Amino acid sequence: MSRPVRFNVHPILADTKDSISMVDMPQGHIGEGFFATKLSDVVGLARKNSMWPLPFATSCCGIEFMATAASHYDLARFGAERMGFSPRQCDLLMVMGTIAKKMGPILKQVYLQMAEPRWVMAVGACASSGGIFDTYSVLQGIDQVIPVDVYVPGCPPRPEAILDGFIKIQDLVGEERLRRRSSEKYQQLLNSYGIQ
Amino acid sequence: MSSTNETIKTRLIEKFGDQVSHFEEPYGLLTFEAPKEMNLKVMQFLYDDAELRFQFLTDLTAVNYPEKQGRELAVVYHLHNLADNIRIRFKVFTDINTPEIFTATQLYASANWMERETFDFFGVKFVGHPNLKRILNVDEMTYFPLLKQYPLEDQTRIDKDDAMFGR
Repeated sequence: MSRPVRFNVHPILADTKDSISMVDMPQGHIGEGFFATKLSDVVGLARKNSMWPLPFATSCCGIEFMATAASHYDLARFGAERMGFSPRQCDLLMVMGTIAKKMGPILKQVYLQMAEPRWVMAVGACASSGGIFDTYSVLQGIDQVIPVDVYVPGCPPRPEAILDGFIKIQDLVGEERLRRRSSEKYQQLLNSYGIQ
Repeated sequence: MSSTNETIKTRLIEKFGDQVSHFEEPYGLLTFEAPKEMNLKVMQFLYDDAELRFQFLTDLTAVNYPEKQGRELAVVYHLHNLADNIRIRFKVFTDINTPEIFTATQLYASANWMERETFDFFGVKFVGHPNLKRILNVDEMTYFPLLKQYPLEDQTRIDKDDAMFGR
């Protein structure tokens, strides 16, 4: 006897209502057939929803980052779909883990290879301050060699904390003035790290 | 016939007499001491002897004893007889003001990096080493961090509260 064939003629469609988030429109003047806003807002909107992170993972915070980037916490939801493994393509350096003093110059070189605009996130106690490794061989915070935009506390931080730090970076990116990177103040900041 | 701690000790005393001393067996590991000028002679004997055959250098490190006048630095060699699976520990002591010790690199190739590490952390100068420079710490380091006179904590920090961090 032949088996009855069933056809899936009434498939259940995924309910995407209220589960897709849209980015808010920037402030501006709206009228019949036109919309006027600031260029920096549009550039910021584009940049912040398409960050290319460069993971610089040296220890356990890197494992938390892997969880953050995997399906459960899904960093891709925030537009950071693609991890770049070349500093020349990336705009967000995520430093996760203990940086030994011998690693300091290498980290700085990776930062120098990134093109402007670039942001840096120090994830975890070690990257932020040396953490428990208050010792002769460990760099006491990566801000001794490169400027840092956002610090994420924790030892290691939970994936939620890393996501929160990432959202903070997005806020910074979205609100950045177009002229900030060529300003006197920014040059002084880089010069204080010996970067021309 | 494989040798025991007793036979090794007897062989060493037959060969070197009073020069080898301080025999102990903590946890069954034969440990002894020799004057620092004798280190190569003793190890060459342990290497060449047909019965002893200690031809593998497992570990080489140093210990700092600041309270022992004239014997502040101990250089410790762990030797292994792979044929009979016997291990021994051999120590030489030196004054910290004259930390020159003959290199074992001609005898054991593995001593090369271990002597560099010992130099890096304790400042023991291995005379005749082919490339005696720092191996693990940054090249700019100006001191030997595992000597007990140097505190463990990074001294460049100014933001940590002494009362909270036990300085």
